[in-house]
Amino acid sequence: MSDDGLEVRGLSKRFGDVPAVADASVTVPAGAFLTLLGPSGCGKTTLLRMLAGLEFPDAGLIRMGGRTVFSDREGLFVPPGERGVGLVFQSYALWPHMTVFENMAFGLRVRRQDRATIAEAVRGALAYMQLEGLEGRYPQELSGGQQQRVALARMLVARPKVFLMDEPLSNLDARLRMDMRGELKRIHRDASATTVYVTHDQAEALTMATHVAVMRAGRIEQVGSPREIYRRPASLFVADFVGSPGINRIAGRLVAEGGVAALETPAGRFPTTAPANLAGREVVGAVRPEDLELSEPDGGHRVEVYAVLPGGGETVVQFHLGGERWSLKTSKEVAWEAGTWRGLSVPPHVLLLYDRESERLIHPAPAGRKVESHG
Amino acid sequence: MEQGAILPLRAHLNRVAYFLRLPRVSLGIGLFAVLLALVTLPCLKLLAATLIWDAADIRLSPAARPGAFTLFHWTRVFASDLSDALFYRPLLHSLATSVSIGLLSVGLGAGLAWLTTRTDLPGRRLVAALATVPYILPSYTYALAWLTLFRTERLGGAAGLFRFATGTDPPEWLAYGFVPIVVTLTLHYAPFTYLLVAGALASVDAQLEEAGEVLGASRAMILGRITFPLVLPALLSGFILTFSRALGTFGTPYFLGAPVRYFTLPTTIFSSMVTRTFATGYILAVVLIMVSALVIYANQRVLGTRKSFVTIGGKGFRAARTPLGPWGFPATLASGGLVLVAVVVPLMLLAWQTLMRYPDDYSLGNLTLHYWIGPSNPDLAEGEMGILRNSAILGGAWNSIRLSVIVAAVGGLIGILVGYVVVGGRGGWLARLLEQQAFLPYLVPSIAFGALYLSIFARSLGPLPALYGTFLILVLACVAKNLPFSARAGTSAMLQVAGELEEAAVVAGASWLRRFGRIVLPLSLRGSLAGFLLAFVTTMRELSLIILLVTPETRTLTTMTFRYTEQGYAQFADAIILLIVVLVLAGDLLARRLGRVELTT
Repeated sequence: MSDDGLEVRGLSKRFGDVPAVADASVTVPAGAFLTLLGPSGCGKTTLLRMLAGLEFPDAGLIRMGGRTVFSDREGLFVPPGERGVGLVFQSYALWPHMTVFENMAFGLRVRRQDRATIAEAVRGALAYMQLEGLEGRYPQELSGGQQQRVALARMLVARPKVFLMDEPLSNLDARLRMDMRGELKRIHRDASATTVYVTHDQAEALTMATHVAVMRAGRIEQVGSPREIYRRPASLFVADFVGSPGINRIAGRLVAEGGVAALETPAGRFPTTAPANLAGREVVGAVRPEDLELSEPDGGHRVEVYAVLPGGGETVVQFHLGGERWSLKTSKEVAWEAGTWRGLSVPPHVLLLYDRESERLIHPAPAGRKVESHG
Repeated sequence: MEQGAILPLRAHLNRVAYFLRLPRVSLGIGLFAVLLALVTLPCLKLLAATLIWDAADIRLSPAARPGAFTLFHWTRVFASDLSDALFYRPLLHSLATSVSIGLLSVGLGAGLAWLTTRTDLPGRRLVAALATVPYILPSYTYALAWLTLFRTERLGGAAGLFRFATGTDPPEWLAYGFVPIVVTLTLHYAPFTYLLVAGALASVDAQLEEAGEVLGASRAMILGRITFPLVLPALLSGFILTFSRALGTFGTPYFLGAPVRYFTLPTTIFSSMVTRTFATGYILAVVLIMVSALVIYANQRVLGTRKSFVTIGGKGFRAARTPLGPWGFPATLASGGLVLVAVVVPLMLLAWQTLMRYPDDYSLGNLTLHYWIGPSNPDLAEGEMGILRNSAILGGAWNSIRLSVIVAAVGGLIGILVGYVVVGGRGGWLARLLEQQAFLPYLVPSIAFGALYLSIFARSLGPLPALYGTFLILVLACVAKNLPFSARAGTSAMLQVAGELEEAAVVAGASWLRRFGRIVLPLSLRGSLAGFLLAFVTTMRELSLIILLVTPETRTLTTMTFRYTEQGYAQFADAIILLIVVLVLAGDLLARRLGRVELTT
């Protein structure tokens, strides 16, 4: 990797007895857009705050922009203001007693820049974020979307090398959120700054990021490209967390069948592409809803349609298999009725196999960087 | 990964250095040291002083060896011929008056609260607005008004209105002692329980009562079985807190009790100090603190276990008003009469007294403005000038205002700093320690707190010169005594300031001073102004706390009123108290204005 990207190694932080972040490691090249994705309380915000320097890690190493900003071994801690990072808070944290101009000028004044330079820089950032004419307003006098833009402009005006964003879009309504996603991508591309973006919204993570790190209970479960995360989730947790409707799963055991392994379940046998030497393993099979095919009742496994949910562009069909609720997603016209019987086929190459015990992916081979597990 | 490997020492030192450099940590430690010196140290010093012979003790016992350890004072207070007069009788009087005041205040306050929040009482808004006024006035205002009414000639000084009107002295039990103390302090404290109970009643959803009504319960049954249990914690809390406040109050029992030798613990502490038997006063202060602490603890238990179900509310909230029907007229009369007796009459009496040339002549021909604006007249009050041209009194007024402003400002700033550490400390040990320290003065009755400060700052202490007789000691005592309130005000103000607002400045690279000065302080000041004015008002009317610490140079309006009453110059005393009342009401009015502004924005 290039040396001036972002590197986090073995980073840990406990609050009392609660491990907020445990031994987190992730490395991305300069200019990457890294999303920290996970349910609330998974430690993603704590990790971000350690990157910003707002929390003092218990152990580990942080390098960004070609220099070490924290290292427990070297006894190094670079204060937040000297890290060259910009931070956008979930609440925006705009100072209510300062105008938009004053909010944006604050960081420059701290750095003792002269009046003319400050005015120039603020004007530039305002124009870039399409906020001209609002510099005299107070934050309370702005709409939510405008406040969001001011928060971004305040970060941009200081020209940080690393952008840190903590769920910046969660307070916007759905439409505005869509617009702002495009805006954030534009900012990231124009500034080509390494960006770390915290969110619990998997759609947001997948659409914006070049790299996604899925976190669970303080640990990083998987780091990879959005496609890797979606297509080859390294654990059942990641598989479940990413995608809507959720991934379909069925428990079973692998048996050898004609040189490959097949998944033997109470609902029948499913061919896989796994090698036969995996036979005997207790596993969970998982399939994305859009990878399933339903056909005439005489082909494949017989399932009874439970509900049909037309969604405009695509339709979700629900049914039960092996005691689990399954969903199928298709963009084709569906004319089936609830209560009718269909044949279900699961193409072998889309079936993901997870070890029942460790819940980690065993087939196909986990993609991307290997995520070491300690324990 | 090399987890569990031993980190180099440098890494550990670096971590420690990082935490010590955190403003919250260093500030918290600094504040803790300040509070330790202002609160805990005096407590320990006071305790130590009770176990050591004082130079003045040679009058008490030939065995006294100044500076040496002794249990003499403790045995003298608890187990000697004098114990009855020094301790047991005052304790009994204190308990008797405080319990009575607590019970009557709860009855009066709760009744008024129910009438104004739960019935269609005509004029309930006016009643509600005026009902809190007595609590804002200095507590001894009523004592002075009472004296204007019932003073007897036999005990020295001019007779009151009662004798002027009837020609005979009022019975002594009516003029002095238990009855007047209980009546006047009840008038003063009832608004406090009123506020507590009205708050609780306002939070009881009428649907709870309606649910009972639908099931066919009678009004009395609903009141007794639903409403009453819901506000019971507020009633108990009102009793306990009123009891504890009455227990520590000095002015009223002194004015109304001391003339007939009806002593309570606070007045006994005062006379012990005046007669220079300090250790006796300190021991009584310790007893007061213990009783008070016990009571506060009881209150915490009451609130801790039962608070939960008072906070009912939610979306369908509606307060129903019980129609009073035929009871409307008498209820209006009673509550209106009460407000009249509690607010209007006492102030009128005091005002009238100040306009009387001779203090026992209530006829119209005796009226004069001499005691307000008159020049020196050797025939009246030994030639003292009217208070508005009297430099000594104006000096006292200046002292009062100066003290109140400084205490409010310093206390407010300390409160904000404490709030900053506490709120940002996420319940860490330092935050908790600081909170407890700041709460400690709440346990110490005012008069005992004054005694603490007298005990520790009367002599030079290390590098610190003797502070007795300085203005500074008044500031320190008032700031320290107000800490529980200023810390709470600072904490709630700081809770309004999201931590992220400061962190945004941290990331921008701003130094702590800059962050605090430009972000934290400006934002928390908005929430602190009401607290600032409250501290101003509290200090302005403070007597019990500073009476032991004041010297002629540092006297304030409250202590001057006290001296004039002692000397029998009722006109001056009452004129000064009216001056205090005006200042205090102005402060309170302003605070309420600001409070409302804060609520609506």
